[in-house]
Amino acid sequence: MTRKQKRLAVIGGGLSILAAAAALVLFALRQEIVFFRTPSDLTDLPVAAGQRLRLGGLVEKGSVERGQGTSVFFVVTDTIKTVKVSYTGILPDLFREEQGVVAEGAMAADGSFVADTVLAKHDENYMPKEVADSLKEKGVWQGK
Amino acid sequence: MIVEFGHFALVLALALSAAQVILGFAAARVADVRMFQATGNVTLTVFTCVALAFASLMHAHFSSDFSVINVFENSHTKIPLIFKVSGVWGNHEGSMLLWALILTLFSALVAVFGANLPDRLKSNVLAVQGLIASAFLLFILATSNPFARLPNAPIEGRDLNPVLQDFGLAIHPPLLYLGYVGFSVAFSFAVAALIDGRIDAAWARWVRPWTLAAWMFLTAGIAMGSYWAYYELGWGGWWFWDPVENASFMPWLTGTALLHSAVVMEKRGALKIWTLLLAIITFSFSLLGTFLVRSGVLTSVHSFASDPSRGLFILVILCIFVGGALTLFALRASQIEQGGLFQPISREGALVFNNLFLTISAATVLTGTLYPLILEALTGQKISVGAPFFNLTFGPLMVPLLMAIPFGPLLAWKRGDLFAAGQRLMWAFALALVAVLVMLYVATGAPILAAFGVGLAIWAIAGSFADLLGKAGLGKNSVGVAITRLSGLPRSVFGTFLGHLGMGVTALGIVIVSVFGTETVLTMKPGDKVEVASYTLTFDDLTPFTGPNYSELQGAFHLTGKDGEAVSTLISSKRQYIARGMPTTEAGIDTHWLSQVYVSLGDNTDDGATVVRIWWKPLVTLIWFGAVLMVFGAVASLSDRRLRVGAPKAARRAAAMAAQ
Repeated sequence: MTRKQKRLAVIGGGLSILAAAAALVLFALRQEIVFFRTPSDLTDLPVAAGQRLRLGGLVEKGSVERGQGTSVFFVVTDTIKTVKVSYTGILPDLFREEQGVVAEGAMAADGSFVADTVLAKHDENYMPKEVADSLKEKGVWQGK
Repeated sequence: MIVEFGHFALVLALALSAAQVILGFAAARVADVRMFQATGNVTLTVFTCVALAFASLMHAHFSSDFSVINVFENSHTKIPLIFKVSGVWGNHEGSMLLWALILTLFSALVAVFGANLPDRLKSNVLAVQGLIASAFLLFILATSNPFARLPNAPIEGRDLNPVLQDFGLAIHPPLLYLGYVGFSVAFSFAVAALIDGRIDAAWARWVRPWTLAAWMFLTAGIAMGSYWAYYELGWGGWWFWDPVENASFMPWLTGTALLHSAVVMEKRGALKIWTLLLAIITFSFSLLGTFLVRSGVLTSVHSFASDPSRGLFILVILCIFVGGALTLFALRASQIEQGGLFQPISREGALVFNNLFLTISAATVLTGTLYPLILEALTGQKISVGAPFFNLTFGPLMVPLLMAIPFGPLLAWKRGDLFAAGQRLMWAFALALVAVLVMLYVATGAPILAAFGVGLAIWAIAGSFADLLGKAGLGKNSVGVAITRLSGLPRSVFGTFLGHLGMGVTALGIVIVSVFGTETVLTMKPGDKVEVASYTLTFDDLTPFTGPNYSELQGAFHLTGKDGEAVSTLISSKRQYIARGMPTTEAGIDTHWLSQVYVSLGDNTDDGATVVRIWWKPLVTLIWFGAVLMVFGAVASLSDRRLRVGAPKAARRAAAMAAQ
């Protein structure tokens, strides 16, 4: 092979792997991304039951209830709308009423949210960025 | 007083590093011996100034001087001494100062150990290092002054963030930074070469030890951080594909590629332009990582004191350096002489293969990390890209890489023989096949992918041994001869062996723990028992305990084996730090051979029971053990005679002595 052919072979091989990787990335971006919603978004743009999403807002005061065993119920609010959330497992250390929270899971048929992951960061001043942005947009929270 | 002295030293360092830039570039132009010397001396002085600034901040933390905002916010009189020290870099300002300290340390090392570098290259390198240092010192002084004072000194500090009060923090950030910032040297060498328009095999020989050292620290830093998050956060996870983790992983991927392409350049004079580009990309990823972590533009599970205005500053630094270097590359790359030729099936070909997959996988990680940011900017849609995305895209890219690992070192330079290499790998392949069959037989119901994954990991492990033992001539010679030959092999051969072995070991741990790990969440009362793998875990009691700066509820557990014999006891606790009123979970971890039982406590329920989360983590420690092997591999390679600092000089001196 000449030098040029060789280089073309290397570049061609590289490009085909790159194309395969790009196809995989595009496929994964279609399948595996999770949308972020606030309780008001959910009433405005309803999502199908079973569609994975992240629900963000504040934990409503007095709404945390322990069920049987390890199940927990609480209400996420953006002070306009509320959504009931059920979760089984251990809540993060910094999960508190009237604090920001992000729950990941899917909507159930009855309009409540079934979370399989509840996130709160390891910083007591922390407000998840999406939550802070959304609450600021709605003018209910003025933080930095 | 000492604090003001530190502040002054930092300002002086900024002024001097600006001088370093001008002097370095000027010296390279006029080629004046005194100016070359002056550049080196200024570099050393900059390092001394930053070190003095760092020492004075350390002194402030040490002596609990709460009139300094940084100390007030991140320290407390009651915290143990080690956390007073690590608290220096357990915050934004201090950690940026550490960044600058390590950067100037590397510049100083180049100045001291670069005696055999051509003067022009050396002063250009020091000038570029000085440019980076100036940018970051300006950043620290303008936006994140660690020496700012409070008008009225409080009596007590606000305490260090409890999650950071751990031995892991004392070493994780310095290691990570040594890696991140260490790649600046490769970057500066690349830019210097582009300015010069000249690059040769000797360039690669100088760059390789620096890259290797940076890679070693980064590997250790990432592994350390992963283990720290694993035991400290109490979530039982060791990698979350979180933006902040990806930020450190991307330079690791391209840094690994750089390490391999520099070998081709050093041995064969090929891949020159590509190696230059990789050096630029790797440090660009380090800068991007610093930006992502410090700006907080992406939601991360790991919290860092972040501030968008500071983020913007780093973004500007990032754009200037990455943009500048890439522009220079675009202008000058065509002037660089072409490298040698090689067949696709050859050592060079194998290393190109490695580079291709590593850089493409880095690109997929980059896509997944930045996609939410881009989408939000374009459409306002808020999304998150999590582990499933990365498992689906990054995972398949690692498969060909692991498959190729054993072949690489067995192929000859220029023209390799795949068939001969395959023959030498026969028994490694047989072992991998046995592993797959055993997996399919033992773990009925386990996905075929898991069996394949284990086979792949065993293939990489056995292949590394096949290469090393083949080089020792085991099978052809007697065992005694083989051992003698083994001890006579260059250290870099062991470096390759340990690096590749470590990859296989880590992969094995990842596959086993993801497939066979179990997780149970339940409520337990004292006396309750639960099965964990082949053990029984009993919850003994819950007792209050008071530490130096916290109070906690300790849950005591004990593990018993199949026949009821006691195996060990575990303590897991819910801790409340007094100064910040912040709760943390301290996981109880018990290691058996290479596997772990991991217990973390949740809240108490109304009927007096406690929520307990229990994981069985089979072979989980292999994940970090593999990283340790890789670090040892880097140490072995660094100690190779060829790379040792001044080795050629010593040899020459010995030759001169012999001649006399």
